[in-house]
Formats: sequence, C-alpha cells, structure tokens
Amino acid sequence: MADETPKTEDMAKSIETGHGFLSGKLPGKSWLDTSTVFKPGNYNYPAKDTVLENLNFPNPRKWSPEDSDWKLPENWKDIVVGGLKERLDKNRTLKLFMDVCVRCGACADKCHFFLGTGDPKNMPVVRAELLRSIYRGELTMAGKLLGKMAGARKLTPEVIKEWFMYFHQCTECRRCSVFCPYGIDTAEITMLGRELLNLVGVNINWILEPVSNCTTTGNHLGIEPHTYKAVVESLVEDIEDVTGIKVNPTFNRKGAEILFITPSGDVFAEPGVYTMMGYMLLFEHIGLDYTLSTYASEGGNFGSFTNQEMMKKLNAKMYQEAERLGVKWILGGECGHMWRVVHQYMDTLNGPPDFLEAPVSPITGTRFDFAKSTKMVHIAEFTADLIKHGKLQLDPSRNNHHKVTFHDSCNPARGMGMLEEPRYIINNVVNNFHEMPENTIREQTFCCGSGSGLNTNEFMEIRMRGGFPRANAVQHVQKKHGVNALTTICAIDRVTLTAVMDYWVPGVNVTGLHELVGNALVMEGEKERTEDLREEPFEDTDED
Amino acid sequence: MKYIAPLILVGFLALAAYVGTAVLQFEYLFGVIIPYAAFLTFVLGFVYRVYTWASAPVPYRIPTTAGQAKSLDWIKRDPLESPATMPEVLGRMALEVLLFRSLFRNTRAELRAGPNLNYMSSKLLWLGAMVFHWAMLIIVIRHYRFFLEPVPALVRFLDGLDGFLQITLPTFYITDVLLALSLLYLLARRFTHAQTRYLSLPQDYFPLYLLGGIVLTGVLMRYGLKTDVIRIKTLVQSLVHFRPESQAGISPLFYIHLSLVCSLGAYFPFSKLMHMGGVFLSPTRNLANNSREKRHINPFNPEVDTGSYAAYEARFKDKLEQSGIPLD
Repeated sequence: MADETPKTEDMAKSIETGHGFLSGKLPGKSWLDTSTVFKPGNYNYPAKDTVLENLNFPNPRKWSPEDSDWKLPENWKDIVVGGLKERLDKNRTLKLFMDVCVRCGACADKCHFFLGTGDPKNMPVVRAELLRSIYRGELTMAGKLLGKMAGARKLTPEVIKEWFMYFHQCTECRRCSVFCPYGIDTAEITMLGRELLNLVGVNINWILEPVSNCTTTGNHLGIEPHTYKAVVESLVEDIEDVTGIKVNPTFNRKGAEILFITPSGDVFAEPGVYTMMGYMLLFEHIGLDYTLSTYASEGGNFGSFTNQEMMKKLNAKMYQEAERLGVKWILGGECGHMWRVVHQYMDTLNGPPDFLEAPVSPITGTRFDFAKSTKMVHIAEFTADLIKHGKLQLDPSRNNHHKVTFHDSCNPARGMGMLEEPRYIINNVVNNFHEMPENTIREQTFCCGSGSGLNTNEFMEIRMRGGFPRANAVQHVQKKHGVNALTTICAIDRVTLTAVMDYWVPGVNVTGLHELVGNALVMEGEKERTEDLREEPFEDTDED
Repeated sequence: MKYIAPLILVGFLALAAYVGTAVLQFEYLFGVIIPYAAFLTFVLGFVYRVYTWASAPVPYRIPTTAGQAKSLDWIKRDPLESPATMPEVLGRMALEVLLFRSLFRNTRAELRAGPNLNYMSSKLLWLGAMVFHWAMLIIVIRHYRFFLEPVPALVRFLDGLDGFLQITLPTFYITDVLLALSLLYLLARRFTHAQTRYLSLPQDYFPLYLLGGIVLTGVLMRYGLKTDVIRIKTLVQSLVHFRPESQAGISPLFYIHLSLVCSLGAYFPFSKLMHMGGVFLSPTRNLANNSREKRHINPFNPEVDTGSYAAYEARFKDKLEQSGIPLD
C-alpha cells in the first residue's frame, strides 16, 4: 500500500460523509466549470520516454500529470480532432453512442468509481459527455453555433487532462452498459478515448511498459524463456512437496495436442501461482497431451488498453505459436480481459486459424462447437465438462477450510456470458459456497476497481475507492456466512482483490478457481494429503 | 439557465404561431409551408442520420452479455440476455424496443452508515418511460383520423379503446392523461433527482417543454376551447393530397399546436430524439454472442507487423538452448 493512501477508517468515513451527491445533494458547479486536479494517489505515472521510443509511439518525453504544461505536440489539436473523426467513421458504436444518449441517468449510480469516489464525472453518462461535448463543439454544426447551450465545448489542453483523469478512472467493466436502454458501452468510449490520448503521448507506464515487454519477451513482465521455465519448474517442486506427485509440463513442444496459454500473472504472481499449480495437477490427473510456450507466455493483452493495432499485435502470437507447434487447438487459463479479447476480438483480428481443428475434449469426446471458429476453449468450460462426465476424482472436503464466495470477473460475465461454468465447478469442489447479494454478481457484478491496466501502487487511493462496492458485498457474506475465500477467474482480480480485501475486508483470501480444483483433486499415487496448495493445513474436523 | 432558455424558446415558437395567424393572418405560411418544410426535414434528416450510422462499419462483435451464453449442452442458457442466433437476437431486441428491458433492471444505490451500499429496486423511471412512449404512439396513430379518409379500422379500433371511459363529451381519452402525467414525471425527475438534474443539458429540457406545449394545446382544443375539426381535417387532407389550400377560420390554438409539432419534427433528426432509430442499431444489443463460433469480419482490419517467433528465437537462442527448450 502506498504511503499516501488514507487509512481504512478515514476512507470509510469520507465515503460515508462525503458523498452527498449519492444521497441527493447537488455539487456546487456544473461539470463544465470544474477543473481537474492531480495529486498523488489519483493518477498513474505517465509512460516513460524510453518505453514509448521502444514502441515507436508518438511524443516520448518526461512529464508529470501534476505539471501545468504537458508538452503536447505542436499540432496536438489537429491530431486529436482528426483522430476522433477517423474513429467516428470507423466505429458505429462510437458514432451512435455520441448521438443517441438521452441522459436518463440510469447509469449514474451503476459505476463502482462513482460509488467509491462520489465524483460526478465518474457517472458513466458524464464520462461519455467529456468526449461528446468535444464531438459537438468541434464536429457538429449545432454545437459550433450554440456552444454551451448545446452541451458543446472546444478542445483545450484542460480537456486532455480531464480525459486522462477519467478515462483512467474507468476499468472498461461494462456494468453501466447492462443498464443502458440503448446499450451504450462506456468501455467502448474509454477504449477509443485512450486511443486518442495515445496519439499525443498521454498514456500511463503501467500499461505501456508491459506492452513494450510483450513485444520482445512475449509477456508483460518481461520474463525471458529460461526464467519462465525455471519458475514453472519451481511450482512443479511445490506440487510435489504437497502431493507427492511429480507433474511434467513441457515447453514449446511440437506435436502436442493442445497449447495451453494463461496470463503470466498465474506463473509469477501470488496468489495466481496456486491456480497455475491447480492447472498442472488437473492436466496430470487426466493425462492431457499439452504444452506451454515461452513465446506465447502471456494470455493477457495490455495492448487492448492501448489501441486496436497493439491489441492485434500482442494477440497474434497465440495463433502463430499454435501453428508453429502444430497443436490441434488452444486451451486458455483464467483471465478477464484476455478472454474479452479471445472471445470478442481474436478471430476477427488474427483469424481464421485454419491450421487448427475444431476443439474436441480428448478425455470426454465433447465437441466444443461454440468455439469451432476461434478454436480456443476456456479452462472453466473444459473442466466443467470433465466433471459432468465424471472424469475427475474429487474430494471437496479438502476445501472445507474455505468458505467460498464467487466474484464474477467483468469480462467473462459481460463480455462472454460465462456465469454457470465456474459455479458448477465450485459446487463440485467445495462444500461451503455462498453467493453475494444478487445486484453485485453475475451480469451485475462489480469490478475489482483496478482492471484495464490501473493496478499500480501509486493509484491506490482511487483503486480502494473503486473496489469498495465489491468489498462491501464480500463483507456482507463474511458477516453473514463467515466467508473467508473470494474465488475468481481473473489473474488481475487475484492480485488486485487481494489488496482490496486486505484494505476493506481483512481475513478474506483471494483464490483462483483451479486452485480449489487442485486442492480437491485426488491424484493416483498421491501421498497422504494434509495441506492445500498454499501449504496450509486442511481442516481436521468437518463442521458441516 | 439550462432550464429556462429552452422554455423561453418554446414560448417564442408558440407566440410566433399565434401572432403569425391571429394578427398577421399568415395562414398559408403556418398551415402549409411550415408543415411541408418540417415534414421534409424530418424525413430526410431521419433517413440521413440512420444512413450515417448504418454506413459506419461494426468492426467487432461486442454484445454486452447479460445472461448465460450458449456453451456446453447441459448448461442452462439465457437466449434473450445472451442470444446466440438471429431469432434470439430479434427476441432480445423486441424486449428492448417494446418493453425497455434494460431500463427495467434499474436499481438505486443507497449509501447507509457503515458505510454500506444497498441496491434498491427502482422501476419508476421504467414505468414513466413505458407510459410516455406507448401513450405517445397511440396518440400519434389516433391522429391518423385526420390524415386518412376513410379512417382505417385499426385507428377506429384504437380510438374506441382509448376512449372507453365515456365520461366526458367529447370522448375522454385515457392516453391524454397518461401522456400528460408521464411528461410531468419525466420533467419533475430532471429537477428533483440530483444526479439527473446535474447531468441534464438544455437539449434534455427542450423536447419535454415542447411536448408539454403540444399536449396542452391539444387537450385545450379537444376539451376546452372549441376548434372547427371539419376545417382542420379539410386543411390536413389538402396537405396529404398535395393540393394545399389554407383554410380561414381555424383557431390560432390549432396553429400553435401544429407549429410546435412541426418544430418537434424538424428538430428531431438533429437531437437525442433519434434514439428512436438508434435503439435498433446498437451493436452491444443487436449482435449475437457467437463470436467464437462464427468469425466476424472487420472491413478495415488493421495491417500490423505482428512480430515473429523467428525473431524471438534469434534473440533468446542461447537461453532457450541452455534451458533445454526445443528450438525450431
């Protein structure tokens, strides 16, 4: 936690007393008349000049959001207005979303950042108006003539600052879009807004440096192949310590049936590593013929938080590697934005993958027809099918020390419609499962507050505010049912919700779905199991 | 200012129609030229607007999924919230367009001591919007009795249904009351709901005032100050048959009503009222969630240097070899 982050009690108090707007008091000034103030804790550090140079991105320089002069390029205004015009012509979403909003206000209190900050510019409709007002003022006749009376304004450096602030206080979670009568999707507006900012070198290091790493090492963290292999092998040793079973992952192996790709966070970050151990145990259990790749060593795609070209570029290595290794199809690990990209963008951007086969489970023979074009299956779909066919030996009592609730990650929920598979798996691998309140799960799930590349230390105050609605719902089931484990199918969630839980709901651990699967798997030839994958003891007595 | 200016504008439009007909006797202008011009603007503007949207490509298949997708056969799916086929999409769109499905989901977040967030059901906005739009539709259809001779059966049927409470003379229409009430609600909400009040723009008040003026004059003509319906129908018939003839002796109230309707029609294509056409085109609602099953084509899929494994291997050859990872 960064030093500047307020104490939990102080932030709780500021939310309780400082959000008059949420309970009906009007802020003094119109959003058109308020300026953007940057202070430590409410912004992410800008992208380093060296990072932008490596990517060949415009306007590399040293700057800080707290500076009054952001050193925009000389013709910045033409670049941004031109960029907006181009994107309007190329994206029906943007054009439509600029034109049809009636400002009914249904989205206003659906945003976790609005609920956590009380800042009126975090109401999704106003976030969109930040861009819409420029669209009207620079590109429509009525806006040019009537100005403020038509909700229009001119593009100024102050607007760029505002965009930087509020397009980075949106995690592209799409919760507002579920409630909008026209399906206006703020994720789309934020994505295209960030593209515009990237045109003039206004971007954040936490997104751009992973992107830059990815273009050389194949993963966000910049892990080179020998290290990747060594770390996976250390997890293999940990598995052996706990279970007595030696699993044998292979790397870049040609002729494997399946290529398995997961976010690098599963390999390198606590508590994602336990999920990675769960995958490997599962694959050993069923004797899956699979390989990992040190080249396609990243499922995540921070390019998708940058622009469409970069999303395409970072995603391309999945198919490239599948073709090179000659696998039949691709299996993907637990990750949120990775699956948004895989499900809704990959085939369009980098397909068609004619060199692959329509996915069929080698264990159950199930044909995954719903993935027959993209040829990539989600691990939760794969495992749910295994369980349904009775192919796994499971002892859910091994998770009895966990009282579990499930956090639907934004992208699998609202960008895929994956709601039941993880629940089916949980119900088969744990005995104590309790849902959070219905307005906070499934398609109405709340974001962790740090997605879309915002999970930095320097941004902790806003992250904890944005994570508050999720934390509050967890707290509810903690009090009611004694929940102590928050399970999720997103690598970013596993890291960011750990911080959110430590801050708001101490005593709740964050686990991956396949960590729970790994705990419950009864392996052939295993030693007497006394510990879970975290090397914490199983519960002795079964209270239920 | 954002509340007042649009009201002044509507007042000015009404006054212009009154002065123009009652004082200046410009009946041909207000009865013929303005209606034709407004109608033309409405139709051409509407078509143009929809054309600009429809001609912009949809590069990605990005429905917002609000229910379980089609996946494994035995998993119960939600075809209306996460449609996988065209008929299912039509079902989702029908719910959205006819019953305002998404708005029906609305909740109100309440912050209580703790702090604790609670989400209360909040369906009043949905109800207000439903009543407003359906009442409006029925009233518009009812007005066809002025445009068409003989009056079609559907219009007569709706007319009868709408007026089944025969408590006044002339027949009292339920939709008149419903439209007025829902308009008042929508307007009151813009003033009293803090978040909505804050984010509302002048162009959010203007159509409400305009519609208010239209309803007021319409109701006055029907139940209060009598107007000569025969002459009005003769005028309207002359317009419909492109043999325009202005009629003397029609009350200025009618011209105010007509002018406000014309203003609404001419303003329509340039405003948020175009949500009427836009709701059909929204890619987060009108696309099937089948992007892994069927490839979606992007007409301008960007050309990108995607890098290659060969470059990666060249860069890390020694390290790959040393750790026993097979080379290409």
